[in-house]
Amino acid sequence: MKRKIIAIYNFYVDGFKNMTWGRQLWWLILLKAVLLFLVLRLFFFKPILAGKSDEQKIEYVSTELLTR
Amino acid sequence: MVESALVGWSRLQFALTAGYHWIFVPLTLGLAVIMAVMESVYVKTGDEFWKKTAKFWMKLFAINFAVGIATGIILEFQFGTNWSNYSWFVGDIFGAPLAIEGIFAFFMEATFFAVMFFGWEKVSKRTHLVTTWLTGIGAAISALWILIANSWMQHPVGMEFNPDTVRHEMVDFWALVLNPVAISKFFHSVFSGWMTGAIFAIGISCWYLLKKRETRFALASIRVSAIVGIIGTFAVMLSGDSSGIHVAKYQPMKLAAAEGLMDGGERAPFSIVPGVEVPGMLSILATHDINGYVPGINNLLDGYTTPEGVVVPSAEERIERGKSAIEAFSDYRTLRESDPAAAAEARKVLDENIDYFGYGYIDSPEELVPSVGLVYWAFRVMVGLGCALLLLMVVVLWAEFKKKLTKMTWLQWVALFSIPFVYFAGQAGWIVAEAGRQPWVIEGLLPTKAAVSSVSVGAVQTTFFLFVAIFTLFLVIELRILIKAIKKGPEIENQ
Repeated sequence: MKRKIIAIYNFYVDGFKNMTWGRQLWWLILLKAVLLFLVLRLFFFKPILAGKSDEQKIEYVSTELLTR
Repeated sequence: MVESALVGWSRLQFALTAGYHWIFVPLTLGLAVIMAVMESVYVKTGDEFWKKTAKFWMKLFAINFAVGIATGIILEFQFGTNWSNYSWFVGDIFGAPLAIEGIFAFFMEATFFAVMFFGWEKVSKRTHLVTTWLTGIGAAISALWILIANSWMQHPVGMEFNPDTVRHEMVDFWALVLNPVAISKFFHSVFSGWMTGAIFAIGISCWYLLKKRETRFALASIRVSAIVGIIGTFAVMLSGDSSGIHVAKYQPMKLAAAEGLMDGGERAPFSIVPGVEVPGMLSILATHDINGYVPGINNLLDGYTTPEGVVVPSAEERIERGKSAIEAFSDYRTLRESDPAAAAEARKVLDENIDYFGYGYIDSPEELVPSVGLVYWAFRVMVGLGCALLLLMVVVLWAEFKKKLTKMTWLQWVALFSIPFVYFAGQAGWIVAEAGRQPWVIEGLLPTKAAVSSVSVGAVQTTFFLFVAIFTLFLVIELRILIKAIKKGPEIENQ
């Protein structure tokens, strides 16, 4: 089992080490992840119901639905 | 009341993100099949040429995938921020398929992708081939869960509304998964991806022919892609036919809008363009019977009785029942602790009218009609381009088998410039599906204007333009990397 896990680990490490054109794609993915999760998610997309208890969420949405 | 500008900008923001996401998904679905077929030929024949061919398309597949990855996550951000009423109201019905998709996509990408790109020299040929096929199958299954969630919004099944939690709760998982709308939508979307992959690969291959380089590679790619594309197009037609039956049954207003059909009836005509009609054709498409009854927009608003004697209530009646449902919901919430008997009575009224809940938000019957011009023309763009692209693939394949393609420069140019049109067809299809179901977010249960969050219009406008900038940047990056890889060509291929 341990040998299998090491073999899988080495498979990934070798794969990443020997990448050529794939390297710039990983940079691109990283850039996108930073933009999405550290910029958009943190500063522009705060969930309206976040931080509320379930009871508060129910109250909030039912009020919204009854006053539209 | 919410501002109509807020609803408009929130819809536009969501449409932009979903439309951008759909640039990448179909190419992933289509190229996955094309490269898997090529690798299968390599494993069967042992010819290194097919390995290089498969690896080249795999490279373009990876570029497209890397740029497209996680664009769908932005949609989930929007659910929480811009569509919070909707997100809570749908409960686990929507969350479950999306969670399954998220977990599935992660494991698929971490395992199959790694073996496919890192494993050429490390696993056997057959194991590698299996992984390549599994990558394609995995991408399709990933799409399945998203389409199940989307189809539930078009035809909600397998749930019950709980007024205590203000959520829909899943009561039948299999009804959700086996929703007929989901099944036809899944096949229609996945096979349209085969068309996208095929037209893309044919177009790029024709560019090599125009440049008089990589000729063997280009012709072999055209053969495989055209066959995949033609099979895909016929499957799109079959699933589209089944989709037409479902739209007629569950979303008749969408069908009436897509046809610009004001007054329906038996032997309803199909409009090719305004003023040019095929008598009885719409009845065949909607009911598989030339004498089948298809209601028009006016019938749906005024109410009608089907030839089988089923009475469909008028819009006014549905709006009244919707208002009763909302009033009963309000009474139930107010009385459930102080007067349980009255609350139980209110609950009964709510349950009797729950199917019309969303109609209670509708101010006038005209609001129930989607934008007829937009849906009508989007449908014609989708079908027209689909037919034209099928014809192109057949002609290209015929020319290749007759050994004439290398001399037909005009056809090579047509194939190259057809690439954007397959994307227009796919986007038009989504416009029919999504703009056609307005004013609903969930058919009959929740209109867009009740689903949207109470946020400022300015905030939505800011993120909209931010997306335009980010998406344009990533699209330019993808095109640059793709063009560089294409110019390099398959012969310089390495890991």
